[in-house]
Amino acid sequence: MLYCAPNKKYSDFIIVRDPDKCIDCRVCARQCSYEAHVYDESTGKVFSDDTRCVGCHRCEAFCPSGALLIRQNPSEFRDNAVWKPWFIKNIYKQAETGGVLLTGMGNSYPYPVYWDKMLLDASQVTNPSIDPLREPMELKTYLGSKPDALRIDAGSGEVRLAGGFTPQIAINYPILFSAMSYGSINLNVHKGLARAAEEMGILYNTGEGGLHASLYRYGRNTIVQCASGRFGVHSEYLNAGVAVEIKIGQGAKPGIGGHLPGEKIGPEISRTRMIPIGADALSPAPHHDIYSIEDLRQLIYAIKEATDYKKLVFVKIAAVHNSAAIASGMVRAGADVITLDGFRGGTGAAPTMIRDNVGIPIEMALASVDERLRQEGIRNQASLLVAGGIRCSADVVKAIALGADAVYIGTAALISVGCTVCQRCYTGKCPWGIATNDPFLAKRINPEIAHEKLANLIRAWGHEIQEMLGGMGINAIESLRGNREKLRGIGLNESEMNILGIKHAGA
Amino acid sequence: MFNLKRTNHKPWDYRKDISGCGLSGLINTNGKRVSGEVITRSIRTQHDRGNGLGGGFAAYGIYPDFKDHYAVHVMCDSKTALNNFESFLKEVTVIDQQERIPTRASTTIRNAPLLMRYFVKPDLEADNPLFDKGMSEDDFMVRMVMKINLDVPGAFVFSSGRNMGAFKGVGYPEDIADFFRLDEYEGYIWTAHNRFPTNTPGWWGGAHPFTILDWSIVHNGEISSYGINKRYLEMFGYHCTLLTDTEVVAYLLDLLIRRHGLPIEIACLALAPPFWNEVDRMEPERKKLCEAIRMVYASALLNGPFAVLFAFNGGLVGLNDRIKLRPLIAAESGETVYMASEESAIREICPDPDKVWMPKAGEPVVVKLNKTE
Ligand code: SF4
Ligand code: SF4
Repeated sequence: MLYCAPNKKYSDFIIVRDPDKCIDCRVCARQCSYEAHVYDESTGKVFSDDTRCVGCHRCEAFCPSGALLIRQNPSEFRDNAVWKPWFIKNIYKQAETGGVLLTGMGNSYPYPVYWDKMLLDASQVTNPSIDPLREPMELKTYLGSKPDALRIDAGSGEVRLAGGFTPQIAINYPILFSAMSYGSINLNVHKGLARAAEEMGILYNTGEGGLHASLYRYGRNTIVQCASGRFGVHSEYLNAGVAVEIKIGQGAKPGIGGHLPGEKIGPEISRTRMIPIGADALSPAPHHDIYSIEDLRQLIYAIKEATDYKKLVFVKIAAVHNSAAIASGMVRAGADVITLDGFRGGTGAAPTMIRDNVGIPIEMALASVDERLRQEGIRNQASLLVAGGIRCSADVVKAIALGADAVYIGTAALISVGCTVCQRCYTGKCPWGIATNDPFLAKRINPEIAHEKLANLIRAWGHEIQEMLGGMGINAIESLRGNREKLRGIGLNESEMNILGIKHAGA
Repeated sequence: MFNLKRTNHKPWDYRKDISGCGLSGLINTNGKRVSGEVITRSIRTQHDRGNGLGGGFAAYGIYPDFKDHYAVHVMCDSKTALNNFESFLKEVTVIDQQERIPTRASTTIRNAPLLMRYFVKPDLEADNPLFDKGMSEDDFMVRMVMKINLDVPGAFVFSSGRNMGAFKGVGYPEDIADFFRLDEYEGYIWTAHNRFPTNTPGWWGGAHPFTILDWSIVHNGEISSYGINKRYLEMFGYHCTLLTDTEVVAYLLDLLIRRHGLPIEIACLALAPPFWNEVDRMEPERKKLCEAIRMVYASALLNGPFAVLFAFNGGLVGLNDRIKLRPLIAAESGETVYMASEESAIREICPDPDKVWMPKAGEPVVVKLNKTE
């Protein structure tokens, strides 16, 4: 073991190397970007330094002889319900550095996951379930603002549509890839996302880092984002996709901005973001032209003007205590789509305290926003997208039953291309080649393979959603949307059920 | 001001009725009226499709002497409820006639509520608490019925249209017909319902038809999209209070046809829209229309197995769900069109129709009246 300060020895993981199996081939040393595996030239042996390991399991997955096992460090402090190791170790770290604790991905505290406290319905006897292998089972969804009523011209004998619509986007599955910027993840992952979105007839979101020149061709499946840093925002960019998303906040770090360190700003990212090579990319906490709701309206309409009213404008906020009132204001300000990002939504980097303590669960925010918009009679004026901790197709079904039009997935998408949720994305050393711009690491993602895996994930979830819908005796996704009758709570208290607008199982 | 209090239940605490059923309906397209005895024979043939927990009828053209009045049928579970109801009604309408709904003593029909009918006109004076300036009489009536059904305990308005009426209760439909003396009424449209509820107690208000203004619905099926249909309607001020899913069909029709002014065919396309793969093959104009309908009325789509007959002063419409999971058959004989769950129910009253056909899934049979007598 290499020397390090005593308190650093309380490593989170231990690397167990089976000496009988290890053939000293140095694969692990090459795979681990944290240099936890070291080859000793003098002895010809590989050994490990547990303190450097972040638990990403890359070496374990690639060890050709299966000699490695990454485990939680079983060494324990004296048991204490208050002073859990997490707090003790964090204090040691901060005493050393004097800095803010950083982390990646979404809230990891054991707050209740309401998806796991809701159960779905199925048909028995009185209505038949529908077999999606034999009957049509429709998942197609239109995003955009809908009028209260259809205007029909039946005068000339033939019935026709009178007047047009504001633009709408058709998606084949109610699942989109959420905003992950070029810079926080690399171009190979972006290519995979764009191609998968194109193949599956859904959308991906550029995030706030601009759009690489090679990705303009996927415009029909692209949402371009405009965040407080306005990186890479220009007129061609705004018109490149089918929608522009104004990012006000992000579930992993409500109320604060973003920071992409200068070391990550290479020539390509510099060109795309329109900032100098090596300069820190700082997104301010608020948009400096939005200090209130009427300012948001101005930005929405500035974007609509700039895009000739051909693109939808999404507005994304973090799920916070007052989401319902805020969302209502956003709809009235002209947003075509409201994106709500819950506190389990991922990030490339966030202060740990913020990630784990600010914001609310997406299930609650979604339920109250949908209900509020209905009470105000404006639910049809905007679509509702939710993000933040959607882990499987059942979560998607539950989200739609609560009232979402579609969901965004970010973490789930990254997991499909290898991410193990080690939560160290902010280091720029992602050993899986995802949250890194180091060319040596980034080439671990092959855009074609990433495309295939992402598309498979959507396909698989699509099948599962169809099965669940069919089981409920429903053959169109719109009959599930907001249909809370299809949900029952399990182990929820009265106020939780009130907010979710559902009954308890058995009722 | 008008305020929809939700006194008795939380917004999400609704129950829906699960039932299988038998339907029958007929319309004389020239507005010639026939006795209620005819439809009674037809629905009796489908006796086994019900379990004695609900039967009902809707009849059109039955109140020619009061054809410009709204005929309000109400059931009350106590004298107090009736008094409360009456004083409310007096406050907001002008009542030109009121009477008990005539009934016949019956051995099979028990526990009947107090049944009254009133021929009213809305009192559109400025001090009417339910009236907003610029509101139509129909809008007013909808609001009034919602208000009573939500806020007057023990009173249920089960029919409120002009020159039409619903008659329903707990029992087999043929017994209900006898109880309400339907053989003494004559109408140019009749619909009938035989109910097989599995989860609701025998409650008079829960029997079909469901009505609002002159829309009446009889329904065989289960609306799996009920949860969202109900929430959608709430956005437009409709409140589902009758603990049944069929109610949403009546309100949806009122919303789409009367308030949004959609032609009946378009409204049917919203309730049971063609599948996307059919839409994709349509002519561009038609395709645009169908896409728009599904976009705007996504929450009005009726999902799950159903066959419904809905009637209004101007016609009768039969509609099936998108994959026809419940039976519906139609027949034509001269100026009369029949629709029923089973062919036998039609042949019982029209042994030799000119034409018998099986309407396709999701394709409405729309029969409009040529002229009223
Ligand atoms: S950081 Fe990852 S690759 Fe490195 S030792 Fe730990 S698990 Fe293996
Ligand atoms: S993207 Fe990479 S660094 Fe981030 S959690 Fe996943 S594996 Fe870890």
